Amino acid sequence: MDQITIQTTPFDIAAIQEEMRAGDPAIGALVTFVGQMRDFNDGDPVSAMTLEHYPGMTEKALQKILDQANRRWELLGIRVVHRVGELKPLDPIVLVAVASAHRGEAFRACEFVIDYLKTRAPFWKKERTPDGERWVDARVSDDEAEARWRDS
Amino acid sequence: MIRILYFARLREQLGTGAEELPASPESATPGAIIGQLKQRGGPWAEVFAGDQPVLMSVNQEVADLDTPVTDGDEVAFFPPVTGG
Repeated sequence: MDQITIQTTPFDIAAIQEEMRAGDPAIGALVTFVGQMRDFNDGDPVSAMTLEHYPGMTEKALQKILDQANRRWELLGIRVVHRVGELKPLDPIVLVAVASAHRGEAFRACEFVIDYLKTRAPFWKKERTPDGERWVDARVSDDEAEARWRDS
Repeated sequence: MIRILYFARLREQLGTGAEELPASPESATPGAIIGQLKQRGGPWAEVFAGDQPVLMSVNQEVADLDTPVTDGDEVAFFPPVTGG
């Protein structure tokens, strides 16, 4: 019931939500996070982005995160879709959808999965600005977001 | 043989994404492999000088400088991740 997909093509947010929601009458809550490409980063306009990943390790790292979430909360399904390749502003980059009986667990597990994905899954962004292409640096705030889950 | 992979900024700096090294005491850990690569000088010495953060994995699991590496393993070097 958990599913991890890495793809170069766009994904249909509504179709994924509908598939998850309709599959099980025990589901009382479905929380979806969608990360999309901004046209601005670190003070510069960004016109496009290329996402690279480590095939094989990416899926393993994500599966570990989902296993942890399933141990921590009572969940009824997690779906992660992450795009790689060329992206433009407004393109959805990542989707994390979590189903559970009640909203509290779905909200917490969804945030947990995206926080861990940001610091543990081997993806790298390269963005195009008026000054040329540049690799995006990892953010301290992402490490801090992940660290919160270790004490709670 | 040990399969070595490089990703993202490292791949571009080194001008290669993959290579193979013979299994030997000089490739028994990621730390030993780094020591071997640095001896090539140029971008290799620069990338692994310690000025920029370099993460590593062995057989697609997060590793450190001392993780054992044996014949047939896959070792990767890459910058901190920036997905999502």
